[in-house]
Amino acid sequence: MNRGGSSPSAAASYLLCTNCRKVLRKVWCHSFPSNFRSSSSLLLCNSQPTSTNNLQIFFKDKRIRVSQPLTRGPSAFIPEKEVVQANTVDERTNFLVEEYSTSGRLDNITQVMSLHTQYLESFLRSQFYMLRMDGPLPLPHRHYIAIMAAARHQCSYLINMHVDEFLKTGGIAEWLNGLQYVPQRLKNLNEINKLLAHRPWLITKEHIQKLVKTGENNWSLPELVHAVVLLAHYHALASFVFGSGINPERDPEISNGFRLIPVNNFCVCDLANDNNIENASLTGSNFGIVDSLSELEALMERMKRLQEEREDEEASQEEMTTRFEKEKKESLFVVSGDTFHSFPHSDFEDDMIITSDVSRYIEDPGFGYEDFARRGEEHLPTFRAQDYTWENHGFSLVNRLYSDIGHLLDEKFRMVYNLTYNTMATHEDVDTTMLRRALFNYVHCMFGIRYDDYDYGEVNQLLERSLKVYIKTVTCYPERTTKRMYDSYWRQFKHSEKVHVNLLLMEARMQAELLYALRAITRHLT
Amino acid sequence: MEKMSRVTTALGGSVLTGRTMHCHLDAPANAISVCRDAAQVVVAGRSIFKIYAIEEEQFVEKLNLRVGRKPSLNLSCADVVWHQMDENLLATAATNGVVVTWNLGRPSRNKQDQLFTEHKRTVNKVCFHPTEAHVLLSGSQDGFMKCFDLRRKDSVSTFSGQSESVRDVQFSIRDYFTFASTFENGNVQLWDIRRPDRCERMFTAHNGPVFCCDWHPEDRGWLATGGRDKMVKVWDMATHRAKEVHCVQTIASVARVKWRPECRHHLATCSMMVDHNVYVWDVRRPFVPAAMFEEHRDVTTGIAWRHPHDPSFLLSGSKDSTLYQHLFRDASQPVERANPEGLCYGLFGDLAFAAKESLVATESGRKPYAGDRRHPIFFKRKLDPAEPFAGLASSALNVFEIEPGSGSMSWFVDTAERYALAGRPLAELCDHNAKVARELGRNQVAQTWTMLRIIYCSPGLVPTTNLNHSMGKGSSCGLPLMNSFNLKDMAPGLGSETRLDRSKGDTRSDTVLLDSSATLITNEDNEETEGSDVPTDYLLGDVEGEDDELYLLDPEHAHSEEPEYVLPQEAFPLRHEIVDTPPGPEHLQDKADSPHVSGSEADAASLVPVDSSFSLISVSHALCDSRLPPDFFSALVCDMLRFYAEQGDVQMAVSVLIVLGERVRKDIDEQTQEHWYTSYIDLLQRFCLWNVSNQVVKLSTSRAISCLNQASTTLHVNCSHCKRPMSSRGWVCDRCRRCASMCAVCHHVVKGLFVWCQGCSHGGHLQHIMKWLEGSSHCPAGCGHLCEYS
Repeated sequence: MNRGGSSPSAAASYLLCTNCRKVLRKVWCHSFPSNFRSSSSLLLCNSQPTSTNNLQIFFKDKRIRVSQPLTRGPSAFIPEKEVVQANTVDERTNFLVEEYSTSGRLDNITQVMSLHTQYLESFLRSQFYMLRMDGPLPLPHRHYIAIMAAARHQCSYLINMHVDEFLKTGGIAEWLNGLQYVPQRLKNLNEINKLLAHRPWLITKEHIQKLVKTGENNWSLPELVHAVVLLAHYHALASFVFGSGINPERDPEISNGFRLIPVNNFCVCDLANDNNIENASLTGSNFGIVDSLSELEALMERMKRLQEEREDEEASQEEMTTRFEKEKKESLFVVSGDTFHSFPHSDFEDDMIITSDVSRYIEDPGFGYEDFARRGEEHLPTFRAQDYTWENHGFSLVNRLYSDIGHLLDEKFRMVYNLTYNTMATHEDVDTTMLRRALFNYVHCMFGIRYDDYDYGEVNQLLERSLKVYIKTVTCYPERTTKRMYDSYWRQFKHSEKVHVNLLLMEARMQAELLYALRAITRHLT
Repeated sequence: MEKMSRVTTALGGSVLTGRTMHCHLDAPANAISVCRDAAQVVVAGRSIFKIYAIEEEQFVEKLNLRVGRKPSLNLSCADVVWHQMDENLLATAATNGVVVTWNLGRPSRNKQDQLFTEHKRTVNKVCFHPTEAHVLLSGSQDGFMKCFDLRRKDSVSTFSGQSESVRDVQFSIRDYFTFASTFENGNVQLWDIRRPDRCERMFTAHNGPVFCCDWHPEDRGWLATGGRDKMVKVWDMATHRAKEVHCVQTIASVARVKWRPECRHHLATCSMMVDHNVYVWDVRRPFVPAAMFEEHRDVTTGIAWRHPHDPSFLLSGSKDSTLYQHLFRDASQPVERANPEGLCYGLFGDLAFAAKESLVATESGRKPYAGDRRHPIFFKRKLDPAEPFAGLASSALNVFEIEPGSGSMSWFVDTAERYALAGRPLAELCDHNAKVARELGRNQVAQTWTMLRIIYCSPGLVPTTNLNHSMGKGSSCGLPLMNSFNLKDMAPGLGSETRLDRSKGDTRSDTVLLDSSATLITNEDNEETEGSDVPTDYLLGDVEGEDDELYLLDPEHAHSEEPEYVLPQEAFPLRHEIVDTPPGPEHLQDKADSPHVSGSEADAASLVPVDSSFSLISVSHALCDSRLPPDFFSALVCDMLRFYAEQGDVQMAVSVLIVLGERVRKDIDEQTQEHWYTSYIDLLQRFCLWNVSNQVVKLSTSRAISCLNQASTTLHVNCSHCKRPMSSRGWVCDRCRRCASMCAVCHHVVKGLFVWCQGCSHGGHLQHIMKWLEGSSHCPAGCGHLCEYS
């Protein structure tokens, strides 16, 4: 594959799927006269270019151009009409995009998120702030950090998006050839990126000290906090992208031509799963046994019961502790069994890593999530949520070192935690607080964060196994998410509700990463 | 701490003695509370719950309330409170939402009394009623407050804040039925204990969570609140609407606040994060803490005054697993370390300084000129008799003004405005600038420009007048002679020098020359001339006596912005005289008398077959004739620039730098250039010469400088629809919720440069409009207007 842009003349290369090694398409790497290139990239900055050849300027279409993905709709999991319908009505979204988008386009993430406009606003606002507003890091660095973060999960969607932006903001193209071309300082971020993405509990104050230690390539604390926020944001966003099966943008070829970086190395198998048709039938037959309607009823019933029981049932402290441990341990088995199941090619991991061309942005690609509660080992202390909360501690630290982001993140967390339409599938007027809390705390549980005032028995009651599988995959190994996983849980629920779940997972994950990183920084400070 | 003071206070029978002391706990503390008898303190945390006796010399562990092998979560305390009526009664709030009461009177080892498990989330705070023995109040993360009667098994009443988590609850000390609660969303609510249905009053106190509150022990209406927004606010609740009476800005989010007993305006605070100290503030002096306890190594989590009527003992527990007793007397007082003097130069040479009154009084005796030369304007702050630190705070402000006209910097302004820096051929620029300098009477500068022109442009065009002018003078007096003369006559000062110069005849031009020389010395020519008219004695005395004071206080030099330019002053008049009188471009002369560059001069001499004592004309002609590359001079020119800069005339240095551009830039290191640029820009901006400063920024090649214009540049725009200013972002109006400026070509929002036709007022992205108008002459909006792009 021609990645580095070395061949000046038009050269063909083939894009292989990283999973199934099928040829996706032939890529032509054009070379343009340099002046042409620069002028068009200028155009790119301002709006969408329409055609590469004759730089015609868009005139008639007053609407924001919705980029058409290769497959139908912005998401491979969600039928196009679900998203687009919601979208065309929503002036508010368009407005938000105009206001906050950095690329000037309504990208697929935004389109899917626009199912929850309220949230979208805080999301875009905080993202815009960390990418574009006053901050300690220069703009290209921010995008490069985003690339590094997304690369940990092989999320080519985000990588491509930020490669574009990186160049637009004046980044040095050479850096895109891989980590060995970037300044040592950025390279040093690698370790923390790796830990944060997969095992945030391993971050210690020594890691922080190593980065901020005075020297040639040291990071100042505000810079570091900015970087950490970016990393956490993009790790979490990668979860969302995979979890919602976001399709690649339609017109990557344009930017592709300029930068000679293949944009679409998604294979259908990557996202929409092994084989759609077969899958659909699977879902239909296998899971159809359980009447899905009654499944929903059962869940509602359990919620009601839990709510009532609350007052009477008094679990002993020991019981509560064991419940947490159990939940923690159980999460071990959740995916390990399933991965095997959904990826019959067991060479999955190596395959992915070796062929994946995003690996040049990362080091130690083999490093992945490892269960917090390893079987038989108990040496890692549980993170007590009450001892280091976002509201009390995290916020203060973040806001002190990187002003105002604290408020934006705070608003976003609050928003996602409290977002509800009081509906569940076909039912209305349901208090979903419990369900939301269960989702949020379950994610934190997988990262070893424990809430003293939460009964982890609830998780077991409320989250069925298929949902747990999905949650674990999305938060810990997002790149392995398949359409089948997405489809197999909560089949009565609307897609917008599943997107809501994804938002919760994303924010919970981001908060967990931030808490660990910020705690380490706090310890470094004291 | 070396000297530990011991304080003994007699308080109605009981006597408190103690010193600053501490003890190690086994685990981080989350909260502390003091027993009514002021002799015991309870410390609670996630894995600690102990009672310590406060003895004279040390803390002694008295009781461990964590009993049982398996520590239950009920013991993981977020808060603890000791009943102020009953010495045996304690209550704790657990992180798992349980409220536990403890009765120390129980005979068994386990003192646990009651368990209330009504809250669903962490309980943040518990509070006993100050006078009622059995009433306990709790506030929890789940947004509810519950009131318990300890004689019953369940809560008596539940108060729903209808907003987010409750962070603190406090019974009013004076009003029997009232309690205040603070919330995570920034609200404070006031409740009547008898009316659980709704709160009596609610107001937003802080931006973000309000972590704590405390009622004033004496003043009925006062409530202090502390929040994540780093503020402590004191509210007067006695009025109809809660009124903010004081506001203290701290440096970190405020975790606890406690009024200091017996001191009406004092309160103690500690912070949630980052800052480990305990502060005591006087709310009337919100910027400097009255006292500061710096012992803790991690955040302080609990503070308590030992006795409700003793202001000198403060107890604090911390995450660093220590418990401290602080003595107010041992506290460090930041006020003492603060610098009470201030000094500032005005733009036109005025000097103001403020200092403690006492200090001024004594020092003015030492500096007679401070009084006799100018008439300082003297302010005295009105003293507030109630102010406890009135003695410290009273200060005197002195302002020394320059006599009108004397300190004018008009030459600087004129020069800045009239210099041409770019846009014309080098020769013209040099000529123009030389002319400007000459018209302003700065002949030396003019000469420099002329010389630059000679060096870098063809020799034939040099206007002869200039050269004649300098040559004529050059012949009158030789270099060595002048040198010795100056050394001898340094002492009389500048004024007498002028006279000496005059005595040489050639009066007119020489004084003018001296003027310009003075410019180079101190950046203020007229001032120096003025000095020459004034009797010289004061100057003389100053120069001989206290040089340092001279720079600081002598208003003569007040308007030089950078004192460091003034400092070398005495060294330079010498050289200056030399430079000015002999003929020739002073960079050459400069070389001649400064030893460290004589090497290069020697080189020049060896290359050019003329001897080094030649007259200027011959030099320049000889050099030009031999067609030496201008590069040959660049070292000299650079030295010349450095010379000017050192003299304080950065204007000249920067102007030359810009005009010559690439020719010299590479020879001066980037940092020096940057320094010159910033100094000059700073000066220009002080004189409000925005245009010039902008031009300089634009013309500079230094990266750090040219980006000055890009950073923090705010353009305020109004919405084109509602005509209101758009505050947050320039392209979206918050009020009418629409995007303001759309590109007529691509119909997208223009977030950067917006170019529009003045005829039809349509416009858009710069590139788009440019592109469009290449192909069409009509307006892209289709209005039919024939737009032009120029």
